Amino acid sequence: MGSIFNLQQIINGIQIGSIYALISIGYTLVYGIIQLINFAHGDFYMVGAYAAYFAVMFSAARKEHPNVLIVLLISMTAGAIVAFLSNRIAYRPLRYKPRLSALITAIGVSMFLEYTSSAIPAIGPSYRAFPQSALIPEHTYKIGHAILSNYQIVNVSVAVVLMVVLTYIVQYTRIGMAMRASAQDKDAARLMGIDIEYIIDFTFIIGGALAGAAGLLTGITYPRINPYMGIIPGLKAFIAAVLGGIGSVPGAMLGSYILGFSEVFGMAINSILGEGIAYAILILVLIFLPQGLLGKKTGEKV
Amino acid sequence: MQNTVLKIDHVTHYFGGLRAVSDFNMELPEGAIWGLIGPNGAGKTTIFNLITGVYIPTKGKIYFRQERKGEFYMEDITRYKPHTIVSKGIARTFQNLRIFPNLTVLDNIRIAEHFRVKYSLYDAVMRNKKFKEEEEKIKEEAMNLLKLFNLHSRTYTLAKGLPYGELRRLEIARALATHPKLLLLDEPAAGMNPKETQELMDMILWIRKEFNLTIFLIEHHMKFVMGICEHIKVMDFGETIAEGTPQEVSNNPRVIEAYLGRKKYA
Repeated sequence: MGSIFNLQQIINGIQIGSIYALISIGYTLVYGIIQLINFAHGDFYMVGAYAAYFAVMFSAARKEHPNVLIVLLISMTAGAIVAFLSNRIAYRPLRYKPRLSALITAIGVSMFLEYTSSAIPAIGPSYRAFPQSALIPEHTYKIGHAILSNYQIVNVSVAVVLMVVLTYIVQYTRIGMAMRASAQDKDAARLMGIDIEYIIDFTFIIGGALAGAAGLLTGITYPRINPYMGIIPGLKAFIAAVLGGIGSVPGAMLGSYILGFSEVFGMAINSILGEGIAYAILILVLIFLPQGLLGKKTGEKV
Repeated sequence: MQNTVLKIDHVTHYFGGLRAVSDFNMELPEGAIWGLIGPNGAGKTTIFNLITGVYIPTKGKIYFRQERKGEFYMEDITRYKPHTIVSKGIARTFQNLRIFPNLTVLDNIRIAEHFRVKYSLYDAVMRNKKFKEEEEKIKEEAMNLLKLFNLHSRTYTLAKGLPYGELRRLEIARALATHPKLLLLDEPAAGMNPKETQELMDMILWIRKEFNLTIFLIEHHMKFVMGICEHIKVMDFGETIAEGTPQEVSNNPRVIEAYLGRKKYA
């Protein structure tokens, strides 16, 4: 294998980083607007994976070949719906209550989604194999010693396209402008005629859709899904968002790729210690840049 | 008899057990400039927050003049949300500037025109003719406002890079971009030197004429208030303690007492 920084590791790093990026964007968008760390976000990703699973199974049962784009749309819609509903039902009534209440509620929503899904017979608590080859047959390509599968190509390209679309929405559309304004000053935005609740709904929908897409992509690349699959990637995406500077979309993307790479390289150094190395980097970055890599410096007002 | 634009009818507001505003009444005539003064903590900004829907009054009603098919009527706006009230035609500025620091000067204005766009999400996605025309119209309007306020050289600067005086102007321009009928100014002269204050007075008189506005303002700067307002209301501890023309108010013993404290007799 030679050096640990070989092509294979780079491919894997980009691929894992892309999945983290899709999830962490949702964290960062929601945090930017309502300062809520939405711990249920990882579960929107799980819902996306299951939506894709059922979509593929359904068309397989009808002996049809599922269309990747339609499955992607289904998982994004499922993620968006769950995100929208959790905002409306759980977070919105707590909007002007102490922030801690909403945070605890987020943990509650997360557990609710996990345990209810495992209680539903069609989902169940155990692992299921994701029928990824029914969706896209696998091809692998050899580049030198490295192996690149078409799953990884799909994974990265879908993630990149979605991130470009998102950046476009946030930077160049009217609703994106309203989102940025709301993130900077909610009260002023309301008094400029912006319906804040509508913007928050929209933010949850976008975040949920991206997480749902990440769920499908994970299903394709790591074809094992269960109702608790969102916990760890959700936490990691949150860490990536903090690393990049929470509230900043480019920061979330950057943080995710850094986390993905350090995880992969760490594992190559020592497979048990690997993830630990990634988090040692996180701690170091936050000691020297507490606001994250691209976050805003916020001085405490005295 | 002039028309009443804004009517505040026996409004009382509590924060927990604290009575921040008690039994506030006002009938603001169209085209007038009225002032609201009082010591710190008197409840002046609370009145603005009640009018703009940030708070809902504990008691009382607020009415705003509306037109439908040429007919005028007073609409009860007491329980409306802030963004709805803006769309009815009330805009405001803030005591401590609330500009969006990380948007450009142009975007700060465009955001205020946000709710008036007439294209749908579909039009925006398709970037069709309707969308482009609307966007063009909005941008043109925004540029005109920037020119009027002498900010056009700053169009694409991030707002956080502007000096204080320009931020004050931008905030007023942004409020005007919502096409208000009533403009609420919360301490517009705060932090200004005498020359800037004089310019601001001229500007306020000018925008009232140019945009057909009714203006209601809070200010500590006595020369400013006395110089520009036709009618002044004075508050202290949530109560209206005096009102009248600048002359009447400045000679009122209760006003002098509220500002300077009770005279101690030997």
